[in-house]
Amino acid sequence: MALRWARDARHVQLLVLTLLLAVNLVAVDFGANLAAAAVASAAALLTQAACSQLVGLPRIEWRSALIAALSLTLLLRGDALWVHALAAMVAISAKFLVRIRGKHIFNPSAFGIAVLIFATDHAWVSPGQWGNSLWFATLLALLASWVLYASRRTDITLFYLVAHCGLLLGRAWWLGDPISIPLNQLQNGSLLLFAFFMISDPRTIPDARLGRLVFAILVAVAAHWIAFHWQFRPALYAALIGLSPLIPLIDRMFPAARFEWRHPAEQEGTQPC
Amino acid sequence: MLTPNRVAIAVFLLLLPASAAQAFCGFYVAQADSKLFNKASKVVIAHQSKSLGDHDIAITMASDYEGDPREFAVVVPVPTFIERKQIGVVEIATINHLDAYTAPRLVEYHDGDPCYVPEDRAYAKGMATTSSPKAMAMPERYRGVTVEATYEVGEYDVSILAAKESDGLVNWLTDNRYRLPEGAPAVLGSYIKQNMRFFIAKVNLDRMQAQGQSFLRPLQVRYHSTKFMIPIRLGTLNANGPQDLIAFVLSPRGRVETTNYQTVALPTGMSLPLYVKQDFGAFYKAMFERAVAQKDMRAVFMEYGWDMAWCDPCAANPLKNSELVELGVRWIDSDEPKAFRGSRGDFPGVYVTRLHIRYDSEHFPEDLMMQETANRENFQGRYALINPWRGEAKCKAGDSYFDGLPDRYNREADTLADLTGWDRAVIKAKMEQNGQPFESQRASGMDQFFRRIFE
Repeated sequence: MALRWARDARHVQLLVLTLLLAVNLVAVDFGANLAAAAVASAAALLTQAACSQLVGLPRIEWRSALIAALSLTLLLRGDALWVHALAAMVAISAKFLVRIRGKHIFNPSAFGIAVLIFATDHAWVSPGQWGNSLWFATLLALLASWVLYASRRTDITLFYLVAHCGLLLGRAWWLGDPISIPLNQLQNGSLLLFAFFMISDPRTIPDARLGRLVFAILVAVAAHWIAFHWQFRPALYAALIGLSPLIPLIDRMFPAARFEWRHPAEQEGTQPC
Repeated sequence: MLTPNRVAIAVFLLLLPASAAQAFCGFYVAQADSKLFNKASKVVIAHQSKSLGDHDIAITMASDYEGDPREFAVVVPVPTFIERKQIGVVEIATINHLDAYTAPRLVEYHDGDPCYVPEDRAYAKGMATTSSPKAMAMPERYRGVTVEATYEVGEYDVSILAAKESDGLVNWLTDNRYRLPEGAPAVLGSYIKQNMRFFIAKVNLDRMQAQGQSFLRPLQVRYHSTKFMIPIRLGTLNANGPQDLIAFVLSPRGRVETTNYQTVALPTGMSLPLYVKQDFGAFYKAMFERAVAQKDMRAVFMEYGWDMAWCDPCAANPLKNSELVELGVRWIDSDEPKAFRGSRGDFPGVYVTRLHIRYDSEHFPEDLMMQETANRENFQGRYALINPWRGEAKCKAGDSYFDGLPDRYNREADTLADLTGWDRAVIKAKMEQNGQPFESQRASGMDQFFRRIFE
């Protein structure tokens, strides 16, 4: 039963995100709080329900909505609770409104973060607040690698991390900086959350492996440029959202089968025999 | 920091002293003097974000340099060319005032008569809480170095240098009698590739004497840039161990934090044994050091974050509009020399964040990348002393009050031990010597016995 439950990567993601929230509440405070989590979750579920009703979906996909809400809680900071509610609404409704050939283009939580930061004066992200103690990075990596194992198509996580590391190391080498500088930049919880939970969202990334590789490199280069040239702090989300409209193009250049959440074994089980 | 013939003080901060007592939410009795920390420098940054990636910054640097002014020099990387009108000197008193105003504070309460009804529990609530920029031709030895401008600013001679490679710059600095610490060429090279320029100042003794200055005033530089950061890398090159930097960031929007290091609030709001009043500085220093150790020296500590329109309790008189303007706050509605009480109309207010950083190159390899947030929650490092009722209290409530005191004292001892790492037994012995005994002091004997019967 438990195995069957864990086969859906979303369940594992939900578990990991909830664990991270718990860690934030009891051990390492990186700024998330329960009220924001509750507000974001409620807003996400309500939006998901309303949109499902409007487009006539047979059931409400509560897991994706909750994952988006928890990601927002962990990453986005606001000076009032409505910031979290609005971010969740924007994130979920974009899934239904911004679609090309039946596929939504933006990762919901990254889109919610980007819209709130650009459109209001009340939201920000605090990448430094995760702390860079090595144990925490390791913990995150371990938990997240579990998700990596459980989900499919998450090769993009590795593509992204390798590209990101490569760029940071390359920059340090060019500047003549000690290795401790890129290491300090890498030991950052929000980078791991971004790589493991956001850019890896199988519903929005390119369908073909080569497409995912190209996309990961493009996002890493853009994020690097935004961070160091523009000195814009939420560089990761800005890069991902800014480049997401290219995905349909990448899918056209490298065609492959569309991702579906249900596990093949499960699908088989549902077929009449 | 560069040193040698001229000691180049490359970077920053100090801590401040105190005075003045005021009563409101507890009597303010002491503050953690910034002079507690050796090798500390102070930086005041007035920061306003004009638009995405456009920061309006005034950075004022005060060092604790006390040696021969002839040996003093500053080398600070700056992200853009600096004109004469963008440089000034600021009175140290203004920075000291801001330091005193934002310093961690000790407040004191007195328990009321426990037999008095209604009982005063007020403390329980308050607790929680000039020359033109002409390039000069350079010999081959200084290849790539351009002295873009030289200025006379108060007692300082200032040069703005641009460089294309570190070798030429190192030669130029060395030949101009700046002794560079080991590792400086690599750091300078990194800044050069990031298109930074160098703000270099040394003292002009003749002008200093002519102006009757007996000490060095803080230098201020104002500029627009995409970069909002505090350069600390040159400062970490001195091998003399960790240094302290206190950064006061004034912003119209809200709290400021570092994005490449964790910013954490120091523990606050605790009540402490009464004897701490005798040496609040020692307590604060021990607490800070323990907090640094607990974070493995990898965090930036927030000591104060508050809307400057008010304070409670005030550790010093509010800053004047004119003082804020002197520190680079150009967005308020007045520069009159009267206390700042907030801006009127559409003018933004002023929020101050005080950050305390203990850093060295191992734990802080990168410069501090800063970010302004919309967070306007108020925070202050504040510690309380609660004096027990010393009079008579011959009533039931009085008995339970006195019976409860030892528990309270125990909690205070535990708090102090947790915060500082000091030995519990020593703490308790000092408390007993200072009128905080661990046995109930309620009235006893026949008098007590009969009173109880008749009640």
